[in-house]
Amino acid sequence: MNLEQLREKLSYQGILLGGVALLTSAILAFASRATEADIRKAEALDLQQSLAIVLPGQYDNNITQDTVVLAGPGGDVTVYRARHADKVDAVVYRVTGRGYAGAIVCVMGVSREGKILGVRVLKHAETPGLGDKIEPAKNKWIFSFDGKYIGNPPLEKWAVKKDGGDFDQFAGATITPRGVVNAVKAGLEFFEKERSTLLDEAGENHE
Amino acid sequence: MNEKYARISRDGLWDNNVVFVQMLALCPTLAVTSTATNALGMGLATTAVLVFSNIIIASIRHLVSPEVRIPVYIVLIATLVTLVDMSLNAWAHELYKVLGLFIALIVVNCAILGRAEAFASKNDMADSALDGLMMGIGFTLSLVIIGGVREIFGSGTLFANAHLLLGPAFAFLEITLVHDYKGFLLMILPPGGFMVVGLLLASKRVLDQRRAERATLATSETSAS
Repeated sequence: MNLEQLREKLSYQGILLGGVALLTSAILAFASRATEADIRKAEALDLQQSLAIVLPGQYDNNITQDTVVLAGPGGDVTVYRARHADKVDAVVYRVTGRGYAGAIVCVMGVSREGKILGVRVLKHAETPGLGDKIEPAKNKWIFSFDGKYIGNPPLEKWAVKKDGGDFDQFAGATITPRGVVNAVKAGLEFFEKERSTLLDEAGENHE
Repeated sequence: MNEKYARISRDGLWDNNVVFVQMLALCPTLAVTSTATNALGMGLATTAVLVFSNIIIASIRHLVSPEVRIPVYIVLIATLVTLVDMSLNAWAHELYKVLGLFIALIVVNCAILGRAEAFASKNDMADSALDGLMMGIGFTLSLVIIGGVREIFGSGTLFANAHLLLGPAFAFLEITLVHDYKGFLLMILPPGGFMVVGLLLASKRVLDQRRAERATLATSETSAS
């Protein structure tokens, strides 16, 4: 029987489809195993880099490993701790705000004293040209958080100017900066509430 | 023989261009062409997948029966895209961060299934590889032109952030055409994409028409003399 006749048979179709599916799955499974370790390494490096942006200064521990998970605003928050000589110098965690087009994921670094070391937006889907001014490449706005803490400005001033607060909004976009300001404010309140756990002060007392 | 290759190349680049003639792959075209850099990235990734999918499908074209060809092609294309996705994620992570979103989109790029169906299933491997390459380059060029026009009018730059895609050596591509340009938002948003595609499509038609008129004029002149 030649190929032409074989191809007409109903069983050939099933075997062909099954064979292709099996073969491609096998290739994918193999490729997945071959790339898994490298992908994890690349993602860990990525995380470390995104943490390092909001964490100026020196620390001598592996911050991606020194974590604590706490219930924070909007679910569990993984907090990364940067230590210097075993003392927690700063913490980094993610906060999420509601923007004009869904969630705005930010990462913020907070010093031991509760001052903001830096805020960066990791992921957003805001309108290009309007809301995307929260990216440092487009506008310096995100740096306006640096050095701020609850008290400077006072808690009620943690809002955009349109809402009577201290932070600028953008022409044509209020919802986006409002979302970021609220997220950062919630992040600072979270820090104040969980301060002793975050700074691992219980552990220090043992020593 | 050479004429055949020239024909395939001309088809891919101009006469049967994926975007402007076949009108395929308009979804990724409109979605990623807000800047020339994004357009280039999407074009290159698509070209790579297109070449490989054409080669593979041409190599097994005698084995695949017509009744089940579509699922077989789709599974093969999806596998190929996933392989590209995983290897970029593992070994070119910086590039992956820029292109990640587009790569998954390639599976639903009907231009790839279209070439598998219309060309690779009927021709040998060398021809199919060339067809994939030329269609891919044609697609890339169309995307870069659309992206370039949108970026120039929309944000006053050209190839912004190209170094993220191609490495620092290509930073020279980044041009700021208009300093302190406030931006023309419409061009960056989806409606701008539709407008630019429409205008470019019309210009191509006009060019083709002029060329055809000139050709008929030339033939009538030669037959008259």
